[in-house]
Amino acid sequence: MKLTQHLCALLASSALALSLNVQAQPIALVSSEKDNAITVINLATLGVQGIIPTCKRPRHMQLTPDRRQLLVACGNDNTADVIDIATRKSVGRIPLSDGPEIFDLSPDGKTLYVSNEDDAELSVIDVAGKKKLASIKVGKEPEGVKVSHDGKTVYVASEVASMVHVIDTENRKVVNNIAVGKRPRRFALTPDGNELWVTNELGASVSIVSTRDMKLIHTLNFEVKGARASDITPVGITLSADGKKAFVGLGRANHVAFIDVTSRKVVQQVLVGKRAWSVALNKTESQLFVVNGLSDDMTVINVASAKAVKTIPVGRVPHTVVVVD
Amino acid sequence: MRLRLFGVLLAALLGSAAQALTWKITLLEQADNPELDRTRLERAYLGHPGGSPSEGVALALDEAEFELKAAKVDVRLDIVPVAGPEEARAAALRADKAGTKILLSNLPAEWMTTVADAVKLPVINLSASADRLRERDCRLNVFHVLPSERMRADAIAQALINRKWSQVLLLSGTSGRDTERSAMAQAAIQRYGLKLVASKTFKLSSDPRERQLANPLLLTGGASYDVVWVVDSDGEFARTLPYNTAAARPVVGDAGWVALAWHAQFERFGAPQVSRRFAKSARRAMTDHDWASWMAGKAIAAAAAAQPQANTDQLLQVLGSINLDGSKGVTLQFRPWDRQLRQPLVLTDGQGVLALLPLEGILHPRNTLDTLGADEPQKLCKTRP
Repeated sequence: MKLTQHLCALLASSALALSLNVQAQPIALVSSEKDNAITVINLATLGVQGIIPTCKRPRHMQLTPDRRQLLVACGNDNTADVIDIATRKSVGRIPLSDGPEIFDLSPDGKTLYVSNEDDAELSVIDVAGKKKLASIKVGKEPEGVKVSHDGKTVYVASEVASMVHVIDTENRKVVNNIAVGKRPRRFALTPDGNELWVTNELGASVSIVSTRDMKLIHTLNFEVKGARASDITPVGITLSADGKKAFVGLGRANHVAFIDVTSRKVVQQVLVGKRAWSVALNKTESQLFVVNGLSDDMTVINVASAKAVKTIPVGRVPHTVVVVD
Repeated sequence: MRLRLFGVLLAALLGSAAQALTWKITLLEQADNPELDRTRLERAYLGHPGGSPSEGVALALDEAEFELKAAKVDVRLDIVPVAGPEEARAAALRADKAGTKILLSNLPAEWMTTVADAVKLPVINLSASADRLRERDCRLNVFHVLPSERMRADAIAQALINRKWSQVLLLSGTSGRDTERSAMAQAAIQRYGLKLVASKTFKLSSDPRERQLANPLLLTGGASYDVVWVVDSDGEFARTLPYNTAAARPVVGDAGWVALAWHAQFERFGAPQVSRRFAKSARRAMTDHDWASWMAGKAIAAAAAAQPQANTDQLLQVLGSINLDGSKGVTLQFRPWDRQLRQPLVLTDGQGVLALLPLEGILHPRNTLDTLGADEPQKLCKTRP
């Protein structure tokens, strides 16, 4: 993943001792929309270790590039909570606009780009100054946000317009609109930055966009044995660090798909809980974590054997999982 | 004129470019529609309109700004009030001559069929829910966005089956509409293997000589049942029925549990954003009728984006094959056999949404949504496309 890359660069250049203090023990953090809380899972025991109270209706979460803080977008009180990973406590709030859903950070971590589903805008937020720098009009119900590796471009998916807006971060203008599948949700960017993968919740597919030509180059359709196309609702997506494997949560089909990126083919499908959305890998990529929004739990999958090894109950309507290891 | 202004405003909103195509849409509305009378709107009966359908249509067109811009289409919405079927016919012919692409109908059933017969244009029926418009009186050029009465009755029956409340006492009003809808309720009761304990007629009255017809306690006494199903298109009687039955039994149909296309409290699939946008632009809560109008607007935008140059025949085809996102979790299409928009329904008590129908476990060989309403093998629309 992009963050991992930046992390490596950062770790190499910054004090190693400091980073060791960050988090000795590997954990997974899961936001739950109806509990105003984050569940902490101990990855050694795969058990719930604690709860971190946060702002109202926490949804997307992301680590800062130094991995010392977790930013949490809260849909109902229009803020981002800043949680210190070492102490597991909220250390500040960043005001956001109405209905923040998904965000991404610039590579330097200084700027936050967040989709505001109620205002149909992408807001540009100065993290240190805690203030809004700009807002850019996009199609209705914007969701996925992804910043390019060089920080010059940000991609925003509009669920209603079924489009990906391409925004130039320097002049903060929409420079391109790319029609993708129905109800596009989330993004993954290949490590070389050449391909943008977009999950289409009502298209039962992933649209693959060439970032060089700003064109749709392929549509990967999902099929799940025993499930109808209308029940395949892909949302969450992540890529392995080498960009060779993709993992997509298939929503109501209750499966997660393993995809070979080069051939663009589904190679495995693993049965998980109800409405599988957010997916995340641990650092060694031996385990995949899948959040099940309608069964209030998280499935742990052994990646090598493509088998679910454990299901852990988390909060009500879990949204996003972030692994800190 | 107010109506013209609206169209111009919409065109301006959509950012008209010089070379853009203009798609003219004409909404035919019943003048002085009693359903939109202020005192009726204030009652806010479930399943009744909350205001003009133009608000839902305009919202959908506004939301489609990016797609319409990409397709270089300006959509203009004209609203024409008509006072009777003949006037509706004349207005439809005028609109056709003036280059209208699609007609929207917020008219009573008979007026709507008169309009559909007068023109070849696609007509989107926004408000007439009678099943005969999808069956023996179906027309090739009519698309229905609001669920039919049979769809709503099937949904209620599914919910009763799920609860194992199989003994049904049916109370129906005396209007022609109530008779039609009562027949749909009875068909659903039979279809889902429920048992009709008794079917009684009620009448709104305070006349002591009519108390057997008017008193809820007398109407619901002397029988054993699991549930009371009330068919009341007017709404006044049904509203007083819950907690007012002789036996402590739930009420369904037009009070208690009601199956609708939409409710503003629906929480899933991005629905709150839609309801919020509607409330912001129309300054009222989004009803099931508003959702249907919004879907009509979305269908127009989708067709314009897909084939800006489409002629009438092509347009009928395009509309017949589009997939729409109605924020109900699945894509929606017009059924090829009767051009009814297939869709999940919400089960509501008016306070919130209790379930989405069809319920899990209800099966169908192809699409579970087709367990609601007339299905293909029944071939009820003889002039099917």
